[in-house]
Amino acid sequence: MSSLLTPKAALPPKRKITTEPRLSDKIFRRVVTGGGLSSLLILGLIFIFLLMQGLQTFKSQGIHFLTGSAWNAAVNDANQIDLKNSHFGIAAMLIGTLICAVIAIAVAVPISVFSALFLTFYVPNSLKKIMVAVIDLMAAFPSILFGLWGFFVLEPIGEYWAKLLHKYFGWVPFFKMEAPFFSRSPFIAGLVLAIMIIPIVTSISREIFGQTPLDRIQAAYALGATRFGMIKAVAFPYARSGIVGGAMLGLGRAMGETVAVYTVLNIVYKINWHVLIGAGGNVASMILLKFGEATQGEVKALMAAGLVLFVVTLIVNSLADFIVARSGKSGR
Amino acid sequence: MAEENDKDKEMQTHTTPASLSGIASKAKQHSGNALGVGLEARGIHAWFGEKHVLNNISLDFWAGTVTALIGPSGCGKSTFIRTLNRMHEFIPGAAMAGEVLLDGKDIYAPGTDVTKIRLKVGMVFQKPNPFPSMTIAENVLAGLKLAQLKVENKDDLLQECLERAGLWTEVKDRLNAHGGSLSGGQQQRLCIARSLAVRPEVLLMDEPCSALDPGSTLKVEETIAHLSSSMTIIIVTHNMQQAARVSDYTAFFLSDGGPGEMVELGPTSEIFSRPKDTRTENYVTGRFG
Repeated sequence: MSSLLTPKAALPPKRKITTEPRLSDKIFRRVVTGGGLSSLLILGLIFIFLLMQGLQTFKSQGIHFLTGSAWNAAVNDANQIDLKNSHFGIAAMLIGTLICAVIAIAVAVPISVFSALFLTFYVPNSLKKIMVAVIDLMAAFPSILFGLWGFFVLEPIGEYWAKLLHKYFGWVPFFKMEAPFFSRSPFIAGLVLAIMIIPIVTSISREIFGQTPLDRIQAAYALGATRFGMIKAVAFPYARSGIVGGAMLGLGRAMGETVAVYTVLNIVYKINWHVLIGAGGNVASMILLKFGEATQGEVKALMAAGLVLFVVTLIVNSLADFIVARSGKSGR
Repeated sequence: MAEENDKDKEMQTHTTPASLSGIASKAKQHSGNALGVGLEARGIHAWFGEKHVLNNISLDFWAGTVTALIGPSGCGKSTFIRTLNRMHEFIPGAAMAGEVLLDGKDIYAPGTDVTKIRLKVGMVFQKPNPFPSMTIAENVLAGLKLAQLKVENKDDLLQECLERAGLWTEVKDRLNAHGGSLSGGQQQRLCIARSLAVRPEVLLMDEPCSALDPGSTLKVEETIAHLSSSMTIIIVTHNMQQAARVSDYTAFFLSDGGPGEMVELGPTSEIFSRPKDTRTENYVTGRFG
């Protein structure tokens, strides 16, 4: 009552509420914090290293580093880099990287989603464990093996598909051919990348489909839904944001993959939008290609390229996070 | 007759267990039932793997009545109603024996389209489970989409179902809001409306009020009373007052550690006032369970 009459009077001061953690808790907290910060720290150090190494190239090339496509390192008489006459541009490589990654996603995501649906809602229990184990194993497979397999096995098959695509969908700008040169194309590199990222996208999608609330599944069935109807009405809306997240992890991996792409892609220093032609670009593979015989100055340019790839991957992932956050939760 | 029936139900909603004998006449109204048998269970057994959970349940459900299944936890009530719309078989290792006759036909007969059975025998679950990605209107009409049924006028059906579920006045101005934005009790009535949209003959309710507050429970019970004149309703409940309030017939299930059995079936008023079996009496008077 008194507070009603004199509302501002005599409120007690707010107490400071503290909890004093035990020593063991404090120690554990430090250990966990250390673990959490270490990955950030390492990432930061790599970033700083690449920035310091790449700075010289950014200065000498300016915006041409991002817009140009030529890559030649001029050397002066003292066998040192001649920055004035060197041209470093990674536009073709960057665009090539994105093209390969997009092809990989376009092929891998539908396959992964179907495979995850199969593993969650259709597969008999006995087969499920084996299949899950195999797919998880695939995720840990060395990428050079994918590259070799892609080179010897997928390449001829992929070329055949590429020819079919060109024959029937040649009117699509991306599928145009200027010369009948189908081998080692971005299309085939994209296929190899797709096979590489299928396990991870499948694994994440399966995890998410498996968490679909049982009561909603039953609600759909109780309304006379077929299994397909249930998946469409319940499982898919629930899992959508998770699938996008999985696809983005796959995209990140596809953009950074080096060896497998190096094995199957013909790297050409010219922007090429025609994915069936055997001429593509890839930042990571280009670094691998050039690193062995590069002079000191050229290595710095390669570091700069690496930094750009790093930043682009970061941007793509943040963009994806943003999309997931915006579109995601309604099905939850 | 129908009006009398409604009045009777209304009274019944406010009846406390202490005055149960007052509604003894009610069950008798249904004894010469004009609508006939809605659903017949014949010798139902159920298993989970090797575990025998239901033993030989035979029970007729009359159209236009509410039958309550009561009994302590683990006595097989929920399992039993899940055999009635073939939801039992979703549990891995689940098996059953016996027959469930809907319009005289065994719903487990080979070649039966299960999805059609579930359209005729709708179900409302313990926890409200609207589809959160859909709006209120989409939720109500979800069954039509899922079962690919065509309707002349969706708006009329939407209104009719929401009215029958007692939710129309509360949501008519926000039909495009998401189902998850409703309160728990409203969500449960939304789920009832959703199951009504496909025009089931039988409605199974598995403890529909156990997650609801008393006010919402009352609304759902009113909805049940309202619906019972036009369909067969089977409700599992742990709340004996609820069984007494909403049902015409009550079946008492019990498990003595073995498979669940039906101990007694009778008009609700008799089960609560003059049970024939002492175990039923002990349960309804609250001596165990």
